[in-house]
Parts: sequence; structure tokens; C-alpha cells
Amino acid sequence: MGIGIKAFGAAALAMGLTCQAFAADPVKIGMITTLSGPGGYLGEDVRDGFQLAIDQDSGKLGGVPVAVEVEDDGLKPGAAKDIAQRMLASEHIKLMTGIIFSNVAGAVVPDILDAGAFYVSPNAAPSGFAGKDCNKNYFVVAWQNDALHEAAGEYANQLGYKKMFILAPNYQAGKDSLGGFKRTYKGEVVGEIYTKLDQTDFAPELAQIRDAKPDAVFQFEPGGLGITFLKQYVQAGLMDKIPMVLASPSMDARTLGAVGEAALGVQVASHWNSDFDNAANKQFVAAYEAKFHRTPTYYAAMGYDTARLIGSALKATGGDVDKADAFRAALRKADFPSVRGAFKFGANQHPIEDWYELKVVKGEDGKPILKTVGTIYKDRGDAYAAECKM
Amino acid sequence: MLLAEQVLNGAEFGIMLFLLAAGLTLVFGIMGLINLAHGSLYMIGAFAAAWAGNATGSFLMALLTGMGAAAVIGMAVEALVLRRLYARDHLDQVVATFGLILFFNEAATMLFGRQPLFARMPPWLGGSVELLPGVPYPAYRLAIIAVGLLVALGLYLLVARTRLGMLIRAGNSDREMVRALGVDIGLIYTLVFGLGALLAGLAGVMAGPVFSVQVGMGEQVLILTFVVIIIGGIGSVRGAFVGALLVGMVDTLTRAFLPGLLKLVLSTSDADAVGNGVSSMAVYLLMAAVLLWRPRGLFPAHG
Repeated sequence: MGIGIKAFGAAALAMGLTCQAFAADPVKIGMITTLSGPGGYLGEDVRDGFQLAIDQDSGKLGGVPVAVEVEDDGLKPGAAKDIAQRMLASEHIKLMTGIIFSNVAGAVVPDILDAGAFYVSPNAAPSGFAGKDCNKNYFVVAWQNDALHEAAGEYANQLGYKKMFILAPNYQAGKDSLGGFKRTYKGEVVGEIYTKLDQTDFAPELAQIRDAKPDAVFQFEPGGLGITFLKQYVQAGLMDKIPMVLASPSMDARTLGAVGEAALGVQVASHWNSDFDNAANKQFVAAYEAKFHRTPTYYAAMGYDTARLIGSALKATGGDVDKADAFRAALRKADFPSVRGAFKFGANQHPIEDWYELKVVKGEDGKPILKTVGTIYKDRGDAYAAECKM
Repeated sequence: MLLAEQVLNGAEFGIMLFLLAAGLTLVFGIMGLINLAHGSLYMIGAFAAAWAGNATGSFLMALLTGMGAAAVIGMAVEALVLRRLYARDHLDQVVATFGLILFFNEAATMLFGRQPLFARMPPWLGGSVELLPGVPYPAYRLAIIAVGLLVALGLYLLVARTRLGMLIRAGNSDREMVRALGVDIGLIYTLVFGLGALLAGLAGVMAGPVFSVQVGMGEQVLILTFVVIIIGGIGSVRGAFVGALLVGMVDTLTRAFLPGLLKLVLSTSDADAVGNGVSSMAVYLLMAAVLLWRPRGLFPAHG
């Protein structure tokens, strides 16, 4: 009996030691994201979704202890570049994630890849990195930037809109959005406007929309711009007459909270929604709401998926990111239950996923919610995969 | 008909700018203080009003809370921080008030979170009015125009007809002489700054239901506000009114009609590109033109 206890004690001690050995040397993950300014809630949600996956696994991902270093880029490509340099050079971080905005990604991602590190994007996915500049160490969990607008274009087709009025801010992502929309939309574009990125008053554009008498409006005004636009659209009495089709960045759970009932009836093309009926999503939404007391946005969902994807690859390689080939092969398998349901990587390591029709309706408590009402695309990749030679 | 609607849009946007510019031009003209944090007071007004409106459901409470919060915080900032800056040069003022912007943005993030807030529209202003047949115009925007005109009238009476206004004008033209005559210029400064903050808060309250109530909303409009007071002439409320209407009109009308007009002479894509470019610049071109013609603005306040 005494010997048994001693042996047990020794085993416990040994286990304690190995655990300590692990704990002293967790896999470092660098997260550069946007936490300040009007876009700050996007990065906050990605960070919280990512952290939720780690907390659920008691400080680990795929059973491997991880240490996440979160830095705010303030939506400044230069600042993000400096952070990346520090993480890569002085802290020898081999695995990075977090960037929200494509202009930041465009500046930072080449540095990360040149240093031989991995980058797993929870959001930004500019066309270059999906096509001819694709890279074996670059993965995108969310989408390719154009795909969401292509889905919106197809949604407009399915809704039978023959004449559309489209508008977006005058910057690269805005131009990509209208380009993506026109790629799949088959009807006539009766008006196309580029607004200013710091615009606060949309009355002139609204008058033009009224004058053009389209069947519907597609707009890509992300964040605060979209809230302003929607409020003014409703106040101008247009929402009852001219319906609106959006891509998901223009309408998430948080913007919905700020717009309120004005958003009722808006139609959104999205790859994820909080009401998806699969086990992974149900437990994610419940856990997220319990922890943060707010409905997760798709940014949070993508942060969570990114963490679980990384977890699957860490598990397969025993936590050794330095075995780059094995780690990459494990990432490519995408062996994790995505909150979206079906998910896999295409040849350019961007998602092949389903796209859904969402609609803003009154929820049970009277507050507007996003409800999934149908499917737009099944197993859809992106337009640039063919240009990618890896 | 479209033209009439766009002119109204321009007037409304201009009056929104006037509410902000009136306070800024008084502070800049009379106190010689460059206050970049004026936009923060606008944000404070909008946040406080959105918060109070959501908590009580009353627009009146939102209005009082928003204006009150902006005025009280404005005067506190004047007493605690800005008073030390009057004697220093403009660069120090810019640095200090820029610091205030960062401080207020971070404070708003800590108090209200990063997401934009919902600002309730008073239900009795939620509808639209058919001014011209077939062109419904939002009642709330008409209310903004009405409030702006009332503020303009009130400021005119205050500055032109009251003893305080006389002191403000006197302080504007010769601050040392006013002090020498035994007037407590410090008190006047605090009052003027409080008035400016009150107007910024009012603009924030009015902006809430129309614009996005979010951290950094003040900086979005700050530059245009400075353009307005430079065009109008620094320190002149009348200049701010005319300047704001000019800026609102030029901005709205070029955005609305320039691409269409250019399409008469250029191909569609060229017209869009040039039209967008020029309409983004139009306000600044206007400012440059006015400064060439009248280097001190349209209505310079200092004789």
C-alpha cells in the first residue's frame, strides 16, 4: 500500500514536471489586429473569438499550450509592419494571425512570409495573395475579398432584381466590391457611385438613387459608414420602396444593434450566421454569449475558426511549428469542425464554402436579428484560384 | 425637382457644419486658441445623448444630457487644461488639444465599448414631409435646418445686442484693452468656451440619429469645420454661417451633379473618375479661391 502511494506520488510528480516543461515553452502566436478607432470592434471580436477557443481548451489549442501576443495596429500599415518586424526578429514568432484590413495585410503579410513564418488570416484576403502572389505559408479562413460581393450579386439575381444601383467608398476594397458584384450580377447597373471614405452625409446619393428608380440597391459601406447610410436611407423613406442587398461586412450583429429597426428587411449575403444549426456553431454561440454578453459577429466566428484550425494543425504536429512541411500539410487538411459547417481549402489555400441568404427580421424579443433564409452558393471557391501556382 | 432636393440637402449639411463651426470660430477668434478637441465635444454630446435617450426613451432628456455633458466637460477642460495654453504658441495648443482627442476617444471606448451606439430618433420626427410632389423629405432633416437657423438667430442677437456680446466683440478686437478696463476676461473665456462646447454638444445630439455614433466621429467632421471657419473669416459667426452654407452647397451639388455633367463631354468611366476626384476636392478648391480673393476670409472679424 505504501509503495503504491509512493509510486502514485512519483508518477504525479513526473506528470507535473512534464506539464511544467510544456508550460514553460508554449507555442507563440502573434496577433496583429485593429483594436482602436472606428474599426476597433472588428479586431476586438476576432481577438475574443480566438481567445474563447483557447479558454475552452484551458490555455491550449489542439492540446498544445499556446501564448498569444495581441497588438493593436490602429489601422496603420506602417505601425503593423513595425510590430510584425519585432515579433519576427526579436521574439522569433513563427505563426501570425489577426489582420482585419486588406491595406494592412498588403503591407505586413509579405514580411511575415519572407521570414518563413506562417500567416493564417481571419478576415483580410486581398486578390493578389489569392492569385499570382499566393504562398504556401499563407492561409485564409474567412473568404477571398471578392467572394462576398460575388455572392451578393448572385443573391440579387436570385431575388429577380433587373436594375440595381450600386455604391461603395472610393478605395481599393470599395472598387473590388463593385467589381465583384458586377462579375456575377446579370441585370443592368443603372447607377454606380463611389462615395468618400470619410463621408457623413449621404443625402445627395440618396436623391440620385430615388431619381434612378432601381429595383434594389447594393452598397458596400463598411462599419460606421454603413450605419450612417442605412439610417439616412430609411429616413429618406427609401427602404419601403427600394430594397437593399448587402455583403456581410455592411451588416453584422453590432451594426444591427446601432441601426436598430431601420434595418428590417435588409438582405445580406454571408458565409456564416449566428443561427446556423450545427453542433460546433451552437456551442460556440452559447459560449461566446455567456462569456462576452453579446451576439457574436462573423469576425468573432472567424477568430474562433482560425484558432481551431491552428489547433488542429498543432495537434497533428505535436506543437512543433518548426516542422513547417508537416504543419502546412496539417493546416491544409482543415481537420476541424467549422462553425460554418462545410469548409475546406482550395488550391490557393483560400476557403471553399457555402454562401447563404440572410434577412433582417424581428426576433422573439422584438429586436431585429439576422435570420438565415436560404442558400446562394454551395462549395464556392474564388475567382483567382486558377492564377495561383504553388 | 432633383435640383431643389439637392439644394435642400446642401443647406441641411451646411447648417449641421454651422452648429460645429460657430463654437469653434468663437473660441478660435476670441481666445486665439486652436482647439482640435472641438470634435471630441461633439462626440461627447452624441454619446451622452445616445446613452440618455436609450436609458430614458425621451428625446428631451437626450437633448439636455448631450448639451449639458458637452458644456460641463468643455468648461472643465478649459479650466483644467486650456487656460494654461492661451499664452503659448499655436503648436503647443495643437499638441495639447490633439492629446485631448486621444484621451476622449480612449475614455469613450472604455465607457461605451468599441461598437457604434444606437441613437434613438424622436418618433414625432421619424416621418417625412412631402415638400414637392413626389419628393418626400425627412422631417428630421427639416428639424436640423430649423434648429440651425434658430441658433444662428440666437447667436446674432447674443453677439450684437447683449452686454456679454459686446464684451465678446471687444475681446475679439483687443483683448488687452478689455482686460485693462477691468473686465474679468478669464470668466468671459470660460463662458465663450462653454458656449462653443454647448453648440458642439447640440450638433452631436442632432447628428446622433442621422450619423453613426462612434469613437472618432468628431475627427471626421473637424477638418470640414476648420475649412468653414477659414472661408468665413476666423472669429465671425456670420462668416461661419455663410461659410458653412457655401461648403455644404458646394460639397453636395458637386457630388450630385458633376459626374452627370461631365458625362456630356467625357466617356462614362472617365466622367466618374474625374467627377469623383473634383467633387472630393471642390471644398478645398473653394477655400483656396476664397483665400486668394480675400486672404482673411469672407467676413474677417478683426477690423
